Amino acid sequence: MEKKLGVYICKGCNIADTVEIEKLQEVATKEKQIPVCKTHDALCGTEGLELIKNDISGEGVNTVVVAACSPRVKFREFSFPGNLVERINLREFVAWSQEPKTEDTQALAEDYMRMGIVKAQKGDFPEPFMLEETDKSVLVVGGGITGLTSALGVADAGYKAIVVEKSPELGGWAAKMYKQLPQSYPFESLEEPTVKSVAERVISHDNIKVYTSSEVEKIVGFPGQYDVAIKTAGGTEQEKAGSIIMAAGWRPYDAGKLEHLGYGKNPNVITNVQMEEMASSGKITRPSDGKEAKRVAFIQCAGSRDANHLPYCSSFCCLTSLKQAAYVREKNPDAIAYVLYKDIRTPGQYELFYQSMQNDPGVMLTKGEVTGVSEASGGDLLVNVKDTLLGEDVSIEADLVVLATGMVPNTKIEQDVLAEWKKKFDEQLTASGGKPDPNAALEPHKVPNILKLDYKQGPELPGLDEAYGFADSNYICFQYETLRTGIYAAGSVRQPMNMLQSIEDALGASMKAIQCIEATANGYAVHPRAWDQTYPEVNLNKCTSCKRCTEECPFGAIEEDEKGTPFHKMTRCRRCGTCLGSCPERVINFKDFSIDMISSMFKTMDVPDEGLRLLGLVCENDAYPALDAAAMKRQKLPSAIRFVSVRCLGTLNLAWIADALSRGIDGMILLGCKFGENYQCHFVKGSELAQERLGKLQETLGRLMLEPERVELVQLSISDYDKLPEILNEYVEKLDGFEPNPFKEF
Amino acid sequence: MSELETNILVVGGGISGLTAATEAAEAGYNIALLEKTPFLGGRVSRMNKYFPKLCPPACGLEINYRRIKFSSRVTFHTMAEIQDISGQPGSYEVTVRLNPRYVNDKCTGCNACTEVCPVEVLNDMNFGLDKRKAAYISSEQSFPQQYVIDDNACRKGDCSKCSDACKYDAIQLDMKPETMKIKTGSIVLATGWNPYDASKIDNLGFGTSPDIITNVMMERIASQNGPTGGKITRLSDGKEAKRVAFVQCAGSRDENHLAFCSAVCCMASLKQATYVREQYPDSKVYMFYIDIRTPGTAYERFLNKIKDDENVSLIKGKVAKVSEDPATKDIIVEAEDILAGGKVKVNIDLCVLATGMAPTVGEVKLPADVKINENGFMVPGKDQKGIYAVGCVKNPSDVAKSVQEATGAALKAIQTVGRKS
Repeated sequence: MEKKLGVYICKGCNIADTVEIEKLQEVATKEKQIPVCKTHDALCGTEGLELIKNDISGEGVNTVVVAACSPRVKFREFSFPGNLVERINLREFVAWSQEPKTEDTQALAEDYMRMGIVKAQKGDFPEPFMLEETDKSVLVVGGGITGLTSALGVADAGYKAIVVEKSPELGGWAAKMYKQLPQSYPFESLEEPTVKSVAERVISHDNIKVYTSSEVEKIVGFPGQYDVAIKTAGGTEQEKAGSIIMAAGWRPYDAGKLEHLGYGKNPNVITNVQMEEMASSGKITRPSDGKEAKRVAFIQCAGSRDANHLPYCSSFCCLTSLKQAAYVREKNPDAIAYVLYKDIRTPGQYELFYQSMQNDPGVMLTKGEVTGVSEASGGDLLVNVKDTLLGEDVSIEADLVVLATGMVPNTKIEQDVLAEWKKKFDEQLTASGGKPDPNAALEPHKVPNILKLDYKQGPELPGLDEAYGFADSNYICFQYETLRTGIYAAGSVRQPMNMLQSIEDALGASMKAIQCIEATANGYAVHPRAWDQTYPEVNLNKCTSCKRCTEECPFGAIEEDEKGTPFHKMTRCRRCGTCLGSCPERVINFKDFSIDMISSMFKTMDVPDEGLRLLGLVCENDAYPALDAAAMKRQKLPSAIRFVSVRCLGTLNLAWIADALSRGIDGMILLGCKFGENYQCHFVKGSELAQERLGKLQETLGRLMLEPERVELVQLSISDYDKLPEILNEYVEKLDGFEPNPFKEF
Repeated sequence: MSELETNILVVGGGISGLTAATEAAEAGYNIALLEKTPFLGGRVSRMNKYFPKLCPPACGLEINYRRIKFSSRVTFHTMAEIQDISGQPGSYEVTVRLNPRYVNDKCTGCNACTEVCPVEVLNDMNFGLDKRKAAYISSEQSFPQQYVIDDNACRKGDCSKCSDACKYDAIQLDMKPETMKIKTGSIVLATGWNPYDASKIDNLGFGTSPDIITNVMMERIASQNGPTGGKITRLSDGKEAKRVAFVQCAGSRDENHLAFCSAVCCMASLKQATYVREQYPDSKVYMFYIDIRTPGTAYERFLNKIKDDENVSLIKGKVAKVSEDPATKDIIVEAEDILAGGKVKVNIDLCVLATGMAPTVGEVKLPADVKINENGFMVPGKDQKGIYAVGCVKNPSDVAKSVQEATGAALKAIQTVGRKS
């Protein structure tokens, strides 16, 4: 579609008090030759909007440049469906943060006009990426309580689900329970396990297909079109799915490592899992002689919250032991249950269950550190405890000791397995002529385990370094975020959880799985750019197959063909633009965001022979709102910096810096999110990659004989707006110390 | 009376409601989101940082606001209160009262009304720790960026300074409450929580000294847009608060107050301990607890990090008394130290009561078959359909858990409405 621009300048909110509007108009009409350019006292009012709408219908304007307030406000007013809209932030970036009516302020506003107009000229209408066909089934890996609940969640919403369970029966750990914790108020009495009826519903549901004694053999494809090979007892079956829920569950921590607590040494020391089996099969007895166990000691945190074992809290064990203490009391009213704990953790209304157990005189709860379990005469066990509330060391005699062992996610790859795979990978590398690095560890997601994805970036979900093998989200506010689009982890494979929490978690994952299918089918991105219909378009003719994009894409969205040429699996893409930033050939671009667009914005700036001219490249989600907030507080910001917002700092292409500085622009400050541990970048590594790319700046700027310090990256939170004036002024001061950019004269 | 037809109605614009609304909308459903106060964001918009990442809530809120801004599927109404809910799953009719904002959507956010407003009142955003004008916006990052005139504080008939100053005809002091009828297939309740009223806990001294505060007040004090500009100081004399004590389970796990565990206070206090320790390297923090509850991976790691700080003392013991020393104006915390045995007494500058969560869903006019238990939480009926509870409506929840449940509630809601494509 041919574009016709209309430029509309608002005079309200101090804009006309700060700058000469006529001169801004001249930038549009004379310099940029835009025939339609109008001003209004309050563009966002009914009359102002009419002005624009009339030009759209009467003048054929289809690209509206609004020079008024921040694009973050008046978004509904300045929305003209079917037309491109470009917002120039004259209010926050000029009127509210600059000295009124100075030459510098005027120059700043005029540059923003030029840049905004060029941006609008370079942008294009989005054409959504559409798959020819989207499969609307959800693959659920794991048939425990989480997987079953997820499958029902999907199926009850009208979508098909395919459940793949390794064992012959559905139900997982929950099916092995004697009883389950209360799931509703008043949280007092144990319930009969419900997992069986859940499994029955799954089996009889028209929308659900179940594979037991089966494993995923391979998953090929991308959201909307996954081809799933399932290894069953009878051979390999093929299924199609649009998205995936990974509910692969957990395994108990290996009690064999808890010899100091008597496990493996004395048959009367068992785990909480064994306790469930024992209670299900009848009486609670001593395995050594089958005698009824009248004194049962529960040792909490057996291998959890322990630097030598699992450093984390497994979350379910306190409640499970309290539940099992109730078994002991129910099976034999004369029996006594001791629970030895570090902290009793029964958050929320589960506190009520804890209270009901405290009220039972046959349940003794004692805080203390268990130092060991020894044998007394007659087959009795002695549990030795120090640091008790009484301040003394005590020994508790017991017939049976139950170790409340914790939870290891099935995504966790043990060290020996990892080492074996590392050897295999190194051999492959050597065979293909590469040199393995003996010190480099193999990332766990490179080992095929649960999903066996056919992704160049590895067969499994990459985890967080800090999550001990759990497939957890990095984000507090976005719990179902993973680094593989369309694949959502749920239940105890995501975080240590009890059953009730797993059920709730399962439903959320179902929601995300359905959402991904619908977004994909309609040509939209998924979180965090759920509204976005643009996508990276690659000019493969100029691609040199350097593979940087493949390596840097945080979401594994880029594959390579036999010749090594990268290509996007588009529905895996989150539209962050990291690939755009990584590409030295500048061949990756979006319709509304391209290398040429940003470069052209830099090039259209007026760079006089004297006076600093600086650029600020800012993350649109965090740094940009921080700038707006600073302006809202009427903080003064340096007039030398022109801010340009980007999808993420990961889009930083070194070509931009070369283009800007070779035009005489003195420097560039990059404002992006915190990286490293607890990173805040919504695209995982955007700001970190930008920092890495700056490492290569020496090379770029060396050629231009410029100091690399002219370009600086600052990690900034959205709430750091009070710090902005200082950060920016310091940067300007630093740049003042350099000689003017010699390219100004060219 | 205006009318609106939508697939799903979400009540409450905090993190739970925002999440439920956007998650369902992005699967193709139309959502109406109601918020009682003038701004979205709820409790989290008043927090300084989230635990355990110590990241700013505004970051995720910004994303969620963008999800709303760019979505044609979400309509939101602030200052909205439920009057009545009738009907059944699939077809509810909800009557909503829209309280007057006195500022219409012509407002540009220029601040002229605030500048001229002659009335100053205690700032509820900051729990009354400072003042604001009657014409105001709650913060620089409030959403929507539309001012509001405080109905209780404005002089109305006597004064028209704000409407005179407004160049955009945005102020309408004669605005009346309106009624809106919403037809919807399903309802998600995400009305959140209130901090438990600390003045009900006699022995902890709240109200006897300005230096005995609650954990939600501490969040505001630590926030750079809070009453002290982020400086952790004594409210009595403005001196740096370098000796700070946290009293856990202030009203929680206590049959006289809240019988349940509020589930967030341990992590909240540990987080707030880092605020103090980061601001003053020579500070000293005490935390009195019954059990430290930091379940899972990241919370336990956070606890361990703080345990490594020798200037943070974690003391197991119930606090007997918090009071002000009349002579020195120090705050004195007296407690038993269960592990060491005996009593402890510490003199400090600032005492933070880790007050719990009082559910608010009881304040909503709900159909008779929706049950509220003695603790004030909604009882999710096993087969109940159509109306779903999220986060602190159902159980005390932190942000992560609320987000998780809100996503699940969005699923329940779309199940009720039925598949669309």
